[in-house]
Amino acid sequence: MFFTYLLRELRRRRRQAALVSLGLAVGVGLVVTVGAASSAASSAQDQVLHSLYGVGTDLTVTKAPTAGSGGGFHFGGAAGSAPRSFSGSHIGSSPGLALLSNTDVTKVAALSGVRSAVGGLSLISITFSGQFTPGSGPPSSTTGPPSFSANTVSIVGVDINNPAVGPLSGTTLLSGHYFASSDQDAQVALLDASYAKQQGLKAGSTVTLGGSSYRVLGVVSPPSGGTGSDVYIPLERAQALGSAANQVNTIYVEAQSSSGVSAVSREVSGLLPSATVTTAATLASQVSSSLGATSGLAGSLGTWLAVIVLIVAFALAAMLSLSSVSARVREFGTLKALGWRTRRVVGQILGEGLAEGVVGATLGVGLGFLGAYLVGRIGGTVKTVVGSSTFPRAGGALAAAAGRFRPGAALGGGGHTVTVHLNGTVGLATLGLAVGLAVAGGLLAGGIGGWRVARLQPAEALRQVG
Amino acid sequence: MYELRQVTKLYRKGRKEVAALARVDLEVADGEFLSIQGPTGSGKTTLMLLLGALDRPSSGSILLDGKDLSQLRSGQLTDTRARTLGFVFQNYNLMPTLTAAENVQAALVPLGVPPNEARRRARAALDDVGLGERAGFYPLELSGGEQQRVAIARALVKEPRVLLADEPTGNLDEGTRDEVVALLEGLRSSRGLTLIVATHDSQVARRAPRTAVMEKGRLRIRNNQSNGGQAE
Ligand SMILES: Nc1ncnc2c1ncn2[C@@H]1O[C@H](COP(=O)(O)OP(=O)(O)OP(=O)(O)O)[C@@H](O)[C@H]1O
Ligand SMILES: [Mg+2]
Repeated sequence: MFFTYLLRELRRRRRQAALVSLGLAVGVGLVVTVGAASSAASSAQDQVLHSLYGVGTDLTVTKAPTAGSGGGFHFGGAAGSAPRSFSGSHIGSSPGLALLSNTDVTKVAALSGVRSAVGGLSLISITFSGQFTPGSGPPSSTTGPPSFSANTVSIVGVDINNPAVGPLSGTTLLSGHYFASSDQDAQVALLDASYAKQQGLKAGSTVTLGGSSYRVLGVVSPPSGGTGSDVYIPLERAQALGSAANQVNTIYVEAQSSSGVSAVSREVSGLLPSATVTTAATLASQVSSSLGATSGLAGSLGTWLAVIVLIVAFALAAMLSLSSVSARVREFGTLKALGWRTRRVVGQILGEGLAEGVVGATLGVGLGFLGAYLVGRIGGTVKTVVGSSTFPRAGGALAAAAGRFRPGAALGGGGHTVTVHLNGTVGLATLGLAVGLAVAGGLLAGGIGGWRVARLQPAEALRQVG
Repeated sequence: MYELRQVTKLYRKGRKEVAALARVDLEVADGEFLSIQGPTGSGKTTLMLLLGALDRPSSGSILLDGKDLSQLRSGQLTDTRARTLGFVFQNYNLMPTLTAAENVQAALVPLGVPPNEARRRARAALDDVGLGERAGFYPLELSGGEQQRVAIARALVKEPRVLLADEPTGNLDEGTRDEVVALLEGLRSSRGLTLIVATHDSQVARRAPRTAVMEKGRLRIRNNQSNGGQAE
């Protein structure tokens, strides 16, 4: 009888009940979404750190270029006045990073507290083609815009004998295989998955770098959610390509223990006074401040929205419950005349509220998962700029550490932009809170209606007309 | 049996107090058919609510089988309503969302009757009022007379000792009215019920051997001689 009566009543006023459930559902959905978004923000922080750093690397050593040094990009343009087409390519070591020597790597590796240190050389390859009219000044509408296209490929030379530290450490092999120790000076390469896809390459294909062919050994995915380099080749090949024999531009250092990182950092600074040493701690503060600002704002807006929606939903539920009870006064009077106890009648109304709450919670959890999914899809990527004012010289270091080069950011010499995929997970605690809130909303509505009924005098209730 | 002594019920209307019942004395024997007749506003419903343990008098006592309803705690009043008293209303007061059978079963809820037995008893009660065929119908699918018969089945399914009907024929045409009154009379005599019917319809009132005539809250008893043969 309890359930029959309850379900029939909810069916009778299904619009009202649906409205209450929907209101609660939206509130719950928001709570779940906000929870997912904040978990996404904190996991994004970890991702930024990982992608910048690589797993297994405790600190990186880089050097900012002095004026006129660093990667040189000089494109010669022939004089003449006729429109002419041009094309060319250039490979140079990453601008924004000065070169360090192989012996620096050896010295760092010999420091106490250092488990291993490897060098990496990041290069940028630019190929371009286009048409322009020398001396004609800035393009005007009559001459038409010059056509110009440029293509950048980031290349990093890695120490193939030490894959656990350095740019490859955070990657996952998708197909093919990693470098073999005999590949030290071979023309072989690993490709980043998205680059390989874009170029239509796979394991076994060949890729042309600086005019020579490299056999593709395998395809890797970048460090979880982070960015990798387009192409990975053995360090010695990179040094040859970039005309930087025996030179590197990033030293990846693994400390013996995580507690020893700051001591190692001091030692390296002593050894190479002009170098920039970047540790997870210095990065984390930058990542947190820039990520924190964005996600914090979104989080608090979301929280307020959720709170407001929940308040509105609760008020709506309570009001509709009261109005439904008022319309059913004679019905409750009749039940009392039949000998139903007050608490049985109140239980019936609480049950109706609870049912609305449970439906709302169920719908809301669904909405919440949808919201969490949308956080990943729409707000999918967060661009975090690290290495700006606090660490003016760290920009290049981070660029190198991240592997992938974004010419805009790196050439600008300032910060480095890391794009992180937001991946919200819905925690059990959040789910519990959300479901609890919806159920509480339903019970509140039922409770208010029930309270009204409990105070009803049967004689008065039965005299009510209508 | 009922014994009412000096029962007064005052209602507050703004500043004034209105005596809906003024020092009413009344005795109703077990198995008796009593009608309560009077013009509108004379206090019929007020008296029925007191007899039905749905309200308390302002003063005086209402003894039902020796227990003073005016002194019982509200839980005990509820219990009395659940077990001893059946109520029938002018507007039938059926739950619109429940079928005829479910409406009848609702009266068994406070008695804790198991669902299967409740279903069986509800069907039997509907059969008793000639509505076995309509068990699955919703109130809106039934005529007024049929709805009132469902309400009577609901009042009787718990096998009460008293059946209180306030204007049970107030919304019915004459033919249906006579059917419903005949049904009530038949059930009373076959089950030995005490039947109290409040009505402003003198035709209905005269079917009872005794009528309590109400006038502005005061009550006097009239014996319906012409019907004396039907009463004992
Ligand atoms: N809750 C109330 N508050 C104030 N006065 C009331 C209340 N209920 C009833 N009354 C008054 O008590 C008097 C008796 O009312 P009651 O309903 O008992 O009359 P009735 O004989 O049943 O009339 P009807 O034939 O119209 O049903 C009337 O004057 C009525 O206005
Ligand atoms: Mg009345």
